[in-house]
Amino acid sequence: MQGYRSLRDFDWPMVILASAICSLGVLQIFSATHDTAWAGAWWKQVVWILAGFIAMWFATLIDYHTLLGQIPILYSLSVATLIGTFAFGMTAFHSRRWIGTTSLHLQVSEFVKLVIVLLVARYMTELKTERLELLDLLKLGGLVGLPMALVMLQPDLGTALTYLPILAAGIFVAGLRWQYAVAILVIVALVMPVGYFFVLKDYQKARLVSFLDANQDPKGSGYQVIQSKIAVGSGALWGRGVTKGTQTQGRFLPVPHKDFIFSAFAEEHGFVGVIVVLGLYFLLLMQIVQNAQTAPDRAGMYICMGIATVLLFHVLVNVGMVVGRMPVTGIPLPLMSYGGSNILAAFLMLGLVNNVRLRRFVN
Amino acid sequence: MTHPDREEERQLSANRLLRDDTKFASGKIAFFQYVMVAIFLFLVTGFWDLQIRYPEVYQERAERNSIKSIPVLAPRGKILDRDGRVIVDNHSSFSLFLSREDLKMEHLKPIAEGLSLDYDALVARVHRFQTRGAPQYEPIMIKDELTPAELAFVESHKDPDTFPELEVIHVQRRLYPRDGLAAHAIGYVGEVSEVELNTPEFARFHQGDVIGKDGIERQYNDTLMGVDGQRRVEVDSFGNQRRLPEDEDKDKEAVPGKNLQLTIDLDLQAVAELAMENRRGAVVAIDPRNGEVLAMVSRPAFDPNLFASRIRSKDWKELIDNKDHPLLNRAIQAQQAPGSTFKPMMALAGLETGVINDNFIIHCPGGATFYNHYYACHLKGGHGTVELHKGIVQSCDVFFYNVGNRLGIDRIAEYADKVGLGHKTGIDLPHEAEGIVPSTKWKIRNFREKWYAGETISVAIGQGATTVTPIQLANYVGGLAIGGMWFQPHMTKETPIPPARRVEFNPDNIRKVIDGMYGVVNEGGTGGRARIPGIEVCGKTGTAQLASREVLKSAKAAGENMKANAWFVGFAPRDNPEIVVAALWENGEEGPWVAPIVRDVLKAYFDKKVRLGEPRPQIAGIPRLLTPTAASEPANP
Repeated sequence: MQGYRSLRDFDWPMVILASAICSLGVLQIFSATHDTAWAGAWWKQVVWILAGFIAMWFATLIDYHTLLGQIPILYSLSVATLIGTFAFGMTAFHSRRWIGTTSLHLQVSEFVKLVIVLLVARYMTELKTERLELLDLLKLGGLVGLPMALVMLQPDLGTALTYLPILAAGIFVAGLRWQYAVAILVIVALVMPVGYFFVLKDYQKARLVSFLDANQDPKGSGYQVIQSKIAVGSGALWGRGVTKGTQTQGRFLPVPHKDFIFSAFAEEHGFVGVIVVLGLYFLLLMQIVQNAQTAPDRAGMYICMGIATVLLFHVLVNVGMVVGRMPVTGIPLPLMSYGGSNILAAFLMLGLVNNVRLRRFVN
Repeated sequence: MTHPDREEERQLSANRLLRDDTKFASGKIAFFQYVMVAIFLFLVTGFWDLQIRYPEVYQERAERNSIKSIPVLAPRGKILDRDGRVIVDNHSSFSLFLSREDLKMEHLKPIAEGLSLDYDALVARVHRFQTRGAPQYEPIMIKDELTPAELAFVESHKDPDTFPELEVIHVQRRLYPRDGLAAHAIGYVGEVSEVELNTPEFARFHQGDVIGKDGIERQYNDTLMGVDGQRRVEVDSFGNQRRLPEDEDKDKEAVPGKNLQLTIDLDLQAVAELAMENRRGAVVAIDPRNGEVLAMVSRPAFDPNLFASRIRSKDWKELIDNKDHPLLNRAIQAQQAPGSTFKPMMALAGLETGVINDNFIIHCPGGATFYNHYYACHLKGGHGTVELHKGIVQSCDVFFYNVGNRLGIDRIAEYADKVGLGHKTGIDLPHEAEGIVPSTKWKIRNFREKWYAGETISVAIGQGATTVTPIQLANYVGGLAIGGMWFQPHMTKETPIPPARRVEFNPDNIRKVIDGMYGVVNEGGTGGRARIPGIEVCGKTGTAQLASREVLKSAKAAGENMKANAWFVGFAPRDNPEIVVAALWENGEEGPWVAPIVRDVLKAYFDKKVRLGEPRPQIAGIPRLLTPTAASEPANP
């Protein structure tokens, strides 16, 4: 079982792609914050990235089968911590998401994603039947739904929503009767309006409305989208240059080093820069999917597919938001946005993918 | 991992992984890859739309976000006197503007309260700017001359969360002489009004522009007014200035207004102002050789600084309601009967037409009857035997009744017109009044009535319907003094003026009139108070009754001030005259009493020449008149 993990077998292309994305992220964080109170964020990000590499290494070391075996504990721990966060966590931006001190704190929900990935992987591999039966579906839905509900209550709708694609990808790969698929779609269609009126907070409703028509409230909730589109558009083909984007530098762009980092990047590096970075993400995701294809077993495949899906979802929602094609949900761009939890979680996922890859010749 | 429990656990789970064949999923993974491609294409098209298809739209909006135009107000040109001394200057002050890009109407109330402005007036003002359709970047000036306390209020409230529309701009504000020195001649500036903007003269200005409203400031507004520029700065979303934009060529430099040199002599002006004291009236001094106005005083005066950009309604009301009409420039706008100052013209007309000559003598018993009406002379005892010279020197009314009666009204009007009475002099100041020289035509045109010969008698001594302005009077006597040549009076050195208007009079006749005026001052005449030892001052007094004696009596009973207006017009020297001064004292009662004012100005003029080392004019035994050719080239004093 051991001993075939050499550095040579490491997924170097994936690591290099991730490093390239991280570097561009650091550059953009520097550019967006160099003359603000956040100046210095870029080297903190560098520290987080280094920590991310270490985390990736650890995530590679422990056999994923072992991790799958510990799912009940990991899952219980996750739920307990989420409840703990809810009860004792730090409040910022009207929401309790973090644990730790003000100088060093982690967003628990980011790491719960990993547990969800492992949970879905194990659940799917343990299925006795060819296809998902209704009972299995409901059980898995409940297992994913509980942490999701807790995260929603923080409230952090964006992160909670990232758990859904993991579940969806698992179900999709495992296979589902078309009747069930239709039933799920119908239920979702019925639940959505109910959710809009009873679950969503006013600002979330406003975000949705402004996504549909940003100009309806240009100074309010539509402001971020409008400013982001202006930033992106004014970048044109070649961009305005590092530290030269007026939208970014003049702080018209909200949080240009966090959720809207790609908007800032698009303003300063133009369409060419956008193509390069989206290309890097595409290759990175392809690499992960390729690892899914060559996974030694179903569990490994489910893990890789779960990770590919959740990363794809992040890119879709974050980048889509930047160009006004997705509502503002406040989820970060993996590997680029400033933030320790974001970076660590992303590297842990890449570590899991590597973990699967390193064990592909076993058995 | 070597822990036995863990190992067991792993084995268990490995056993549960019954189907480790992943082939079944390959199709689904491929499908996932297609979805990925679709999603990335979907995202790329988003960027394509924004960055490749319509980048200009967003670049323009980014610029609108970050580039803020700040107006740079051009200072007005200074106004200088003939020696280059500054009469009207500018001084630095801070004005508060509302930037219309960030303007929120609900902020107006707290802003008005914080700066103790009238809220309703402020709202009305903002509305006016918005309905006028001025460019959005043009901010609205709401307060000038900010005090340190007001500046502090603005500085502490102009952050983006409070009142981002507040903007303090450094401006050059007009600074006029204190005590209203030359206030009427200079005029004042003010913000162009709504009414003015709708007139063709002002249509080219923008709401909020500060323009000349009266006097020189209005007449030469185009020279004095600069062209405002604008500076562009890059700001962040909090309104803080970040840096200057790279394309500085889009900035517009402010072009300051040009300085304007007047013909006014500050020394003479000051003397004339002082000499007038608080009398209601006017003083005008002109160089008859070229028409340059050396001094122009109108009393009561006002403080033009009140107008410097926007006058408070309280101050405005005070000026408007004042029964003495301080805003009236009496030097060019007071139309009063000339009284006896009309007589030199009458004498000339009589001589030129031949209705009188050196042998024409009348007897003045203190009055005379014409057309069944008794006309009194101002000297109740009468002047006895009067010929032309004595007639002028003693200002004998009876003598001129006879002259007038012989001339008839239309010949009087003809000669009055020839010497420049009854129409505008054309001075380069706004709102000059015309005055009236009655004639048969005039009466028909204005009253649809024929002229009665009896009316001529009053006109002959400058009464009746006759009115003149001080500038007309100075102009008429000055032109006569240099031999019958009239230069258009003007206020600036640079303005081109039309060539002198020459009227062919017999020089001998003119000399006789001037000799008479010399006598008025120097031979025991009515203007003795204007005498200056060593200088041949010539002049003529005038006492113009405001109504007939019968009306006066009843008015006096009613306690109304119906005192006569006092005039004096004088020039010096008799030979080659250099300066002519006319003074009007409304309700001054007696012409002789105003003569000292003219004397003071004349004396100041000649004293200054001495001070500058120029010789006093020679006293010639025989008055010599300027020959028309010599006078057509105006000499600089």
